[in-house]
Amino acid sequence: MAIRRGRGVAAINYPTGMNLGGDPTQALVHSTPTGNFMVTLSSVDLGQGMKQIMAQICAETIGVPTDRVVIDTADTDTGPHCMGTFASRGTHRAGNAVIQAAKEARQVMLEVAAEELEVNASDLETDGQGNIQVKGAPQKSISIFDVALSAHFKRGRSISGRGMFLIPRSYPEKETGAMKPSTCYAHACTVAEVEVDDETGEVTVLAVKNVFEIGRALNPKMVEQQLVGGSWMGISHALYETTEPYYPNRDHGGTDFNQYLMPGPGDLAKTEIIVLERPSADGPFGAKGPGEMCANPQIPAVANAVFDAVGVRVDTLPITPERILRALKAQAAG
Amino acid sequence: MAKVPVQFMLNGSEKAEFVESGTTLLNALRDKIGDTSPKGGCHQGTCGACSVIIDGELRLSCLTLAETCIGADIKTTAGLAEGGVLHPLQRAFLDAFATQCGFCTPGMIMAAKVLLDRTPNPSREDVVEALSGNICRCTGYEPIIQAVLLAARANSQNAA
Repeated sequence: MAIRRGRGVAAINYPTGMNLGGDPTQALVHSTPTGNFMVTLSSVDLGQGMKQIMAQICAETIGVPTDRVVIDTADTDTGPHCMGTFASRGTHRAGNAVIQAAKEARQVMLEVAAEELEVNASDLETDGQGNIQVKGAPQKSISIFDVALSAHFKRGRSISGRGMFLIPRSYPEKETGAMKPSTCYAHACTVAEVEVDDETGEVTVLAVKNVFEIGRALNPKMVEQQLVGGSWMGISHALYETTEPYYPNRDHGGTDFNQYLMPGPGDLAKTEIIVLERPSADGPFGAKGPGEMCANPQIPAVANAVFDAVGVRVDTLPITPERILRALKAQAAG
Repeated sequence: MAKVPVQFMLNGSEKAEFVESGTTLLNALRDKIGDTSPKGGCHQGTCGACSVIIDGELRLSCLTLAETCIGADIKTTAGLAEGGVLHPLQRAFLDAFATQCGFCTPGMIMAAKVLLDRTPNPSREDVVEALSGNICRCTGYEPIIQAVLLAARANSQNAA
């Protein structure tokens, strides 16, 4: 009986969004009278940071500072339609819709500015600080504040835009069954190092090294936050979490946090995160969905590490001490 | 059912309410007084989201009856900021990206505050121990541990 060490590796690819009856998200953008921009969405921020990312995307597209953009995700009854915040689709789907809406709003904004400055709209550019200026002649400029006032009270224009992004439904080919379930994939690879006590079946994850390929990190610190939390969750799925430990039998399923266990702050594996950015062809500014993907590769990596440590394949999750001991017993009975 | 008068200090202000006997402090704070910073996660003392400070001690407000708090000095995360300036722990949680959905955050901050009040320069192990009664789903804990250590460093720099 001994503590045995093992190392496992696993790589995954993970679709951004899903393909049911088509996967749409819509967005509306309009300016207030003082030149702030409202983005109306039905896509909800669950804490993953959608409001911040959508504000960045809108601001970048219109050409204003991020703090001039307000994201309103208030009401899915009255807002523009969104399939929802799930399947790692929020940034990709809503982001593309926001870009389209913001482009249309930007065009109206430039047209109003052109009338005020008595130039052609195609000769105008934004300075990113809240002003519109003539290309090559920045001394001829007007603030977006004044453009919005003009649009509202003088020109009778609505500085606004409509955005729509739709991944059409993909039907399987009749002959082969082949289909295109997603247009965009994120990737990840994890190396896990574990110790397995072959007397008790207990697994300790010593370290995980993760590489995530996520398109473009639109907000690197928030991406890192998501990936660190996801890596922990992946370990938790691999070793701890289930509501049905004897599935499909419901017996002994955890019904509260005394029984439904997760690693606590004292159980953390040494965690390394590396981000690779390979911009996606159809993502907003090249982004992909890193959300759920980041909690996946740890699971097969830990399973492989357990195999490396004690030579048994546990192919049912979570990899509990009981399952390891039963597998060791079966192996010994061989 | 007869109601019970309850009077205590909450974040420096006197509060008085009539509650039904058996009302938890969590429900009294949230539903009667309107301080929604303590969160009801499990209502059985296993998640820590409802943590508040009562007379300097970290307590689970979901397992504390309001009528046992008569005359007590209660502090919640809602009372930490002063004049719109965030408490160093709140600042550190933002700077360390230690919050995602935010549901566990007020309880984490209460647990961390009691730690730092007693142990201004905690070790990592001290922080882990202090947070071990609080569950977080999003962060993987490491950013929270880092936030508490960051707040401790900021405090000691201010004191120096």
